[in-house]
Amino acid sequence: MDEVKAPILQVRHLSKSFGDHQVLKDIDFETNHSDVICIIGASGSGKSTLLRCINMLETPSSGEILFQGKNIMKKGSNVNQYRSKVGMVFQSFNLFHNMTVLQNCMAGTIKVLKKDKKTSEETALKYLAKVGMAEYVNAKPHQLSGGQQQRVAIARALAMEPEILLFDEPTSALDPQMVGEVLTVMRDLANEGMTMVIVTHEMAFARDVSSRVVFMADGVVAEEGKPEELFSNPQKEATKEFLSRFRNQ
Amino acid sequence: MKLLPSDTDFFGWVFYLLSKYGAIFLHGAEVTILLALVGTVIGCLIGLLVGVLRTIPLSKNANPVVKVLYKIMQFILAAYIEIFRGTPMIVQAMVVYYGAMQLFKIDMSPMIAGFFVVSINTGAYMAETVRGGIDSIDIGQTEAAKAVGMTHWQTMMSVIMPQTIRNILPQIGNNLIINIKDTSVLNVISVTELYFSGNSAAGVYFQYFPVFFVISVIYFIMTFTCSRLLRWMEHKIDGSSYYSLVKSDMMADPCGHNPVNTHGGTGTWTK
Repeated sequence: MDEVKAPILQVRHLSKSFGDHQVLKDIDFETNHSDVICIIGASGSGKSTLLRCINMLETPSSGEILFQGKNIMKKGSNVNQYRSKVGMVFQSFNLFHNMTVLQNCMAGTIKVLKKDKKTSEETALKYLAKVGMAEYVNAKPHQLSGGQQQRVAIARALAMEPEILLFDEPTSALDPQMVGEVLTVMRDLANEGMTMVIVTHEMAFARDVSSRVVFMADGVVAEEGKPEELFSNPQKEATKEFLSRFRNQ
Repeated sequence: MKLLPSDTDFFGWVFYLLSKYGAIFLHGAEVTILLALVGTVIGCLIGLLVGVLRTIPLSKNANPVVKVLYKIMQFILAAYIEIFRGTPMIVQAMVVYYGAMQLFKIDMSPMIAGFFVVSINTGAYMAETVRGGIDSIDIGQTEAAKAVGMTHWQTMMSVIMPQTIRNILPQIGNNLIINIKDTSVLNVISVTELYFSGNSAAGVYFQYFPVFFVISVIYFIMTFTCSRLLRWMEHKIDGSSYYSLVKSDMMADPCGHNPVNTHGGTGTWTK
């Protein structure tokens, strides 16, 4: 089947500047179906900005983003529709504070996908069960731990049944003991064939789960490759230096 | 006929006035509370509308006509807020009531003029409160709503405004209480609210102190009741702060193990 083989997401010559400061320089980047791509790199290297550009939370200064072959940066393209197919999980969870766990997972399907309440609830419950949060449907976000909130956030993104999921440092705001529960959920998603792009500082996770690792430095993709190659035999100096810091830990 | 109480008999006067003018005071209180409630509700609606309009983002590549219209709209809204916050309500009442008559030949009843002035005045204050309330909501809420594909309008209606309204509820209560008190200035256009009825009663016997003592007690009962009711509403919206977290959570790992090298298949999620 053609559609499966074609890249689901292509980023071409993407640049982003904030004023004079150029954060992303001419990024090229591709994601196929069932890819799990981990983007690693030092803070300030542009990882998060790249991810935020991909779902247009930041408007890229130049370049192209092709989703299923269509340029979504073209004038008149429906950004909201595109976003409904691209799930996003944030570092600070960002659950809707005015809604319960269940309502959080139903808001998108009802408002954006226009599903009826019953279907929407079934979908929400299915994915809440998947992340182990089905018993907390009536809780408000502030009543949950960070790890639980992040799992609900993942269920909220999954309820939209997206083509691709973006994770922006999903475990960086968590206590060490809560990191595991979130990574377990993500690992299982990867094994099920979910297409994911993950910005992370969890090197062990990146090594074990990803199909490809992208190392970013100073706003460019410095090196990319299969995790076993990149982690055991990095080619560039910057990559070596970055990875050595993790080995010495 | 019953004799009037002596001038030094304060409580005698209080009871005499209550028996004689109680009904009139009650009617005045009714008018006051009606003006304050309707004024606050309409004022809040105006404030919400203006506040939301003031926070609409203008995209950089919008077309020039939209940009000009946007600028004009923002100017009008800012002017409205500045003018009505910057002039006393007592003066606004005179300008609206007599101005409508002289300029537009509209002879509105004092009551209608009263509703209008209180609403539009409250609206100007509320618009700023709403804007502050919207600004205080974490940007992450907007981003999360956009990330699931919501439009600006959907984001506002289902995520931002419910949180904003909860946050500004104390300020709405504040405005209601201010309005209960400040509608007294509407006596200048002869709205028969509580102060006006007190003034009429006081004028008959030249007993200002007992009359306005009674009036102040009535004002306080109204404001105190409102502030308690609003506090109760806040608690109601917040719901119980208690939620049992003791149910089994198979995913949470109390040992703090990072299960990086352990299992990998499905089945670990399902109950």
